[in-house]
Amino acid sequence: MNTVAVIGFAQSGHSLTTSGVETLVPVIRDALEDAGLAKQEVGFWCSGSSDYLAGRAFSFVNAVDAIGAVPPISESHVEMDAAWALYEAYVKILAGEAETALVYGFGKASAGELSRVLALQMDPYTAAPLWPDAVSVAALQARLGLEAGLFTERDMATVAARDQGGDVEAMLGRPYLSDPLRAHDVARVKDGAAAVVLAAGERARVQRERPAWISGFAHRVDPQGLGERDLTTVPSAIAAGHDAELDGDLDLVALHAPFTHQELLLRAALGLPAEKIIPSDGNAMFSAGLSRIGVAAEQVMSGRANRVAGHATSGPALQQNLVCVLSSGEA
Amino acid sequence: MTIAFDYTRSLGPVLGRFMAGLRDRRVLGSRTADGRVHVPPVEYDPVTCEPVTDLVEVSPTGTVLSWTWTEGQSSGWALVRLDGADTALLHTVGAGAREHLRTGLRVRIRWAGDRTGHIRDIECFEPGEAEATPETAEGEPVAIMTTPIRLSYRHTTSDEEDRYLRALAEGRLIGQRCPACHKVYVPPRVCPADGVAPDEVVEIADRGMVTTFCVVNVPFAGQRLDPPYVVAQVLLDGADIPIQHLILGVGAEQVRMGLRVAAVWRDREQWSFTPENIAHFEPTGEPDAPYESYAEHL
Repeated sequence: MNTVAVIGFAQSGHSLTTSGVETLVPVIRDALEDAGLAKQEVGFWCSGSSDYLAGRAFSFVNAVDAIGAVPPISESHVEMDAAWALYEAYVKILAGEAETALVYGFGKASAGELSRVLALQMDPYTAAPLWPDAVSVAALQARLGLEAGLFTERDMATVAARDQGGDVEAMLGRPYLSDPLRAHDVARVKDGAAAVVLAAGERARVQRERPAWISGFAHRVDPQGLGERDLTTVPSAIAAGHDAELDGDLDLVALHAPFTHQELLLRAALGLPAEKIIPSDGNAMFSAGLSRIGVAAEQVMSGRANRVAGHATSGPALQQNLVCVLSSGEA
Repeated sequence: MTIAFDYTRSLGPVLGRFMAGLRDRRVLGSRTADGRVHVPPVEYDPVTCEPVTDLVEVSPTGTVLSWTWTEGQSSGWALVRLDGADTALLHTVGAGAREHLRTGLRVRIRWAGDRTGHIRDIECFEPGEAEATPETAEGEPVAIMTTPIRLSYRHTTSDEEDRYLRALAEGRLIGQRCPACHKVYVPPRVCPADGVAPDEVVEIADRGMVTTFCVVNVPFAGQRLDPPYVVAQVLLDGADIPIQHLILGVGAEQVRMGLRVAAVWRDREQWSFTPENIAHFEPTGEPDAPYESYAEHL
């Protein structure tokens, strides 16, 4: 079976049009340049995005314009964060069906009403018709964690202060947005795009002196019903971490936590110390998870770290979790 | 721009009985092999994966496990475990509950006046204990529920679209050339063959040829013209990709591939940033374009 490595990464913190095309053109170009690959050398393309976010059907087909699909390409898409598209491309290369792949995610959350859009990922019979907004759903989870004594509002503000700057005391004096969440507990939702380039063993060594080798990669999902889950634990993250052989032997970890309390829950579930977390600068819908893996991989490719992990989440209240462990040494 | 659609969802044996129960002011939960009662009900046992058939009635009163309130809203959200259930139901908490709201609060269902067999038959939760529901025979399961989806968006034009629409407002048509393949796109756009942004701006004539067309015979909602009429791909002189428009001023049976046509603009005072500034195209009377001149565009 092939070994697989990340050999290129690029991201953008803004988005011009809801189609994503104009945003993706420079991101794809920069990721390919980082990987030293020409567009024609990409064996498989895979993307993550959402029609509900874009407000149009088959928006991902429109986005293929950014690639320039002549001659025809091999392409696929997931209606999820592009970290899951990365998993699909990883499996494709593992199976020997492609030697290289470019994975991209994009979204313009500011075009629509994000908290309503995200209600549509909940149970379509008993939950979505009530239009629960995403911040309130997260607040229900945060309260359960607080009242179980797993963390404090101060712990939450400390996470926000690391990522956004600011004084913890002053932050705790601010009013609640959705009690017990304050504005700083909600990651700044950004428009954006990201692209990661993968290559199989031999090819990765040719393209790059220090590829970030994927030593473990797994994703899991918890039940759909919010009330079916113990929201103070993250079984799907624990299971994914186990399958990806995530352990304490890591230099750095990039977590995808849209809310401060979710980073605290993830750190506890995965046994990660605070000082190993790579700060985050926002939550770009449908590309943030892929970006976190790209940011982690960059640490290995640049020689700043030897063993890192990237994490992505999707769904309400950390329902789905993905863990990717990357290392400087080929497995 | 607002898009909306009323999804109709088939319910099946478990959710159909659950929704029928709500219509009759009763809450049914599903009992799985481990004896746990799930509200809302699960259709398959999460442990054994077997279909769940055992539905039991639970109380309309329960306990708040978690709650939140957003400043400025008229209701809050809670996870409520009804007496007799082992899982929590997500629903709203009414305005009157705000000052009492805490974890552990006892709440009861406030039923909607007009109930149709829908999760919204529960209007919200309110503090207090429900009175016993009188025994009634179980009603017919709900077969289908309607869940309207309505979302609003504000689309942003690209630089190229912006330039194109501004030109239209001045009664001009422009395209832009792909720096890689040199094709001129109207409207200008990222070249889908090369994946690069277009550069050179090219003035395009408001006349050209019909490459292919269809005769619309089918009436549909929102139709503005009486069928039959012709919608065609028009390759404007100077462009490498056709635009779609109406061909009027000639019988549908006389429209043909290669027909030379020109834009008929609306009155100048009606112009805005839209392709509708051109009312339609009509024949110029020039000889038809030879097939070879548009073969590549079919």
